[in-house]
Amino acid sequence: MILLWTSLVLMIFSGGLSLFRRHPSSPRWSVAGLVTACLIGIVPAVHSLWTGASSETRLPWNIPGGACHLGIDPLTAFFLIPIFLLSSLAAVYGLEYLQGKQPVSWFFYGLLVAAMVVTVSARNGILFLMGWEIMTLSSFFLVTAEHEKREARQAGWTYLVAAHIGTAFLLVLFLLLSRSSGSMDFDSFKGLSPSETAPAWLLFVCAVIGFGTKAGFMPLHIWLPEAHPAAPSHVSAVMSGVMIKTGIYGLLRFLFYLGAPSPWWGWTFIGIGLTSGVIGVLFALAQHDLKRLLAYHSVENIGIIALGMGVGFLGLSGGSTPLAVLGFGGAVLHVLNHALFKGLLFLGAGAVLHSTHTKDIDHLGGLLKKMPWTGISFLVGAVAISGLPPFNGFISEFMIYLGCFKGLSPVHPSTGPLIAAMTGLALIGGLAAACFSKAFGIVFLGEPRSAHAAGAHEVGMPMKFPMMFLAGGCLLIGIFPTLALRAIKHPLAQLIPNLAVTLNDDLSMAERALSMISWSAGALIGLILLFALGYRLFWRGRRGGSAPTWDCGYAFPSARMQYTASSFAQPLTDLFSPLLRSEQIGSPGKDLFPKDSHLVTETPDVFWKEFYRPVLHRIQNLLARGRILQHGRLQLYVFYIVITLIAVFLLEMRNP
Amino acid sequence: MNPSSLLCLLAAWTLSPLLLGIINRTKAVFAGRRGSPLLQPYHDLLKLFRKDLVISRTTTWVFVAGPLAGCAILGMSTFLIPFGGSPSILRFSGDMILFAYLLGLARFMTVLAALDTGSSFEGMGASREVQFSALAEPTLFLALAGLTLSTGELSLSGLFSANSTLHRGGMAVPLALIAVALFILFLAENARIPVDDPNTHLELTMIHEVMVLDHSGPLLGLIQYGAALKLWVLGAILWNTLWPFSTGHNGADAGIALVGMMGLAVGVGVVESVMARLRLLRVPALLTGAGALALISLIFIARL
Repeated sequence: MILLWTSLVLMIFSGGLSLFRRHPSSPRWSVAGLVTACLIGIVPAVHSLWTGASSETRLPWNIPGGACHLGIDPLTAFFLIPIFLLSSLAAVYGLEYLQGKQPVSWFFYGLLVAAMVVTVSARNGILFLMGWEIMTLSSFFLVTAEHEKREARQAGWTYLVAAHIGTAFLLVLFLLLSRSSGSMDFDSFKGLSPSETAPAWLLFVCAVIGFGTKAGFMPLHIWLPEAHPAAPSHVSAVMSGVMIKTGIYGLLRFLFYLGAPSPWWGWTFIGIGLTSGVIGVLFALAQHDLKRLLAYHSVENIGIIALGMGVGFLGLSGGSTPLAVLGFGGAVLHVLNHALFKGLLFLGAGAVLHSTHTKDIDHLGGLLKKMPWTGISFLVGAVAISGLPPFNGFISEFMIYLGCFKGLSPVHPSTGPLIAAMTGLALIGGLAAACFSKAFGIVFLGEPRSAHAAGAHEVGMPMKFPMMFLAGGCLLIGIFPTLALRAIKHPLAQLIPNLAVTLNDDLSMAERALSMISWSAGALIGLILLFALGYRLFWRGRRGGSAPTWDCGYAFPSARMQYTASSFAQPLTDLFSPLLRSEQIGSPGKDLFPKDSHLVTETPDVFWKEFYRPVLHRIQNLLARGRILQHGRLQLYVFYIVITLIAVFLLEMRNP
Repeated sequence: MNPSSLLCLLAAWTLSPLLLGIINRTKAVFAGRRGSPLLQPYHDLLKLFRKDLVISRTTTWVFVAGPLAGCAILGMSTFLIPFGGSPSILRFSGDMILFAYLLGLARFMTVLAALDTGSSFEGMGASREVQFSALAEPTLFLALAGLTLSTGELSLSGLFSANSTLHRGGMAVPLALIAVALFILFLAENARIPVDDPNTHLELTMIHEVMVLDHSGPLLGLIQYGAALKLWVLGAILWNTLWPFSTGHNGADAGIALVGMMGLAVGVGVVESVMARLRLLRVPALLTGAGALALISLIFIARL
């Protein structure tokens, strides 16, 4: 525990360095401190995850209801490891990415990482909410780091409002939970019977809305596609890779305080998962902004995690242990996997932005030649996020699929939702592959579509190394999934303690399948290398010269003639147009000899456009009526105060 | 390792191009031509492997990696397919998921290789390919779910083994529905009429052929061999569903399965001769229709 405290203090201190020392080298010192802090903090986390041990400390703290009570148990440790890992890698990356600009942002960065650590290791409601709030505020300042841009300010406000609506629900949740015991300590929540506090459904709904807003469940996701593109890329990586996962952590920790799960929890989570997953990936497909596309993919992946949790809850409520183990196992593992590949992809997108100064996919192209290392890392991330072997995304999706297949039985009522989950997962997988063949294919392959892309250059070592490290992590879990299974064993045992007896049997069933996958992945890579060797030995020398790409004999091919991201995605976006409601501005030429014509398609978030905007407008109009009271005359304000005081006085007089 | 499994694997590697020859011969017979020899695909492959390569200046290593990895991945998928009653060499709970995703990976590599040329034709083909495959994927899983639901088996070899309950009474209707769904997938995934036409060389109407327009020589050979392997593995799954019986004798079962595969090839040839290709806009309806059939069979099975 002492290591965790050291790490926290060092983290805040090294972030704070950048506030006081306005020296060009001060960001370097901050980053060095942050990385050291993360390395120190990861030690107790790994220890707890490996041995299943848990420890905690209490410090005196005189806030009513609060206690400075931090602890590490396997579930916390499982979330701490990606936080430390991705934050330190992203900090190294950010050093080159920011090029010494915005030194103050390192203060907020240190605060953000420390707040995430506190959030997942807090053992007291007040401390948890404080960590949660600092996490929101520090990331707000990071999102609005480029506050001279209008969209960054707008994104910041959207994020702040959405986050606080979520926090409001959490506050209600904690107050209800502490109602019977009067204590905000998590220990006192254990073994509560719902009848003492509030109906379980109410607590469940509060938790799902409160934590779901942070995690990005559809339709609470609207801040994600605004905030992620606006933030600096290393911050987007941390926010998308680990910060939104604190929402999943909250669900996993608190839903188990609510007593035995009922089947409709499973149905709800599968419903949320299908909506977030399918609609998230469809919106991703329709985007032109690389970082916005990735942000929608976060919604999609949170959907996959929710699907896994839904399968797990169905298993728990139906008494089917393999279903619970595989569902929760897949969901928990996907948290780690998503941190790896989404972190990697955001860093990759940042490298592209850094080098070409644009994130519009339709202006890019041919970057693989200029940025080979960024390109291959991004490719690894793209294959992994599409859930394809031999990378890590496949492993967690495989566990969820296997859970679904395992739970199929003609008489059981959960067969329907399981089939829905499985089919949805297949559709999500196919659409994600479509989306990432677009993202990688249009950005990195072909010819440069603009001068920006033509002038690209490879980024430096501090930016390359984190991407390659994360790509290595994706491959490692893909080839040795049994290692990952060991990592999730203790968290699972903690989540479903009454299943601990059969946990080992169920896990060994999964382990047998995963070890075969391990062999298959090895064999696959071996086979591909064999083919590559054969090509090198026999055919490479027989290249009969090079030629331009064949264009039906057209004499002047130009880069503008290539397929664009929009045209690539068009068949699918057309197919789902009732859902997407893309907007077209301008029209393609109509006459026999069309003169200059232009066409812009945009796909703004349908929930924002059709639901939030009208509702918020209505609220604003309603509140505007209150403006008569507010006219800037000081005397009148003093008058209000006097009237209020008299009113309070009279009230007190009436009931002594 | 079972020796008959090994023999079946060898059969997949050596006999798969023969299926293409049978399809072409069937089409020729329908058209009243004599047609090319049955072994013509082998000659084509050998010829391609002896040729030189021409590679576009736009491309990177991805262009070469596409066919190499694609063929290796499809080769890998043959290890997962049971054939003629013999179990596959690699078999475990959930191997059908790996199988489906291996096909997905091979497709991903082909699409990237196509985009690497920077040609709009290839981009168009790639775009159509990802659209149709995204719709085909759920159908495949629905069909697999139907097979699992009726037997309780979690691996392809278990599903199609002699003691699987796939051929118990009352299963005829749902199995037939699943088989129809799988047949539509089989045609779609292998770029056959009514989804795609392997014969026309008009880029604007094609999917698979247009994606490989710029590949030449040995790389094109690898693509064609990979396509033959894909025809084989998907055909084997379809045949196993159509014929879930066992005579109890390994050799006889394998023989029946071989004849069945050739029958499937003839069937593809017949479909190609009597049907026209669908309009591209109608293909999604066909694929979701296949999914609906699989779903109906699921409901049947759950009722049984």
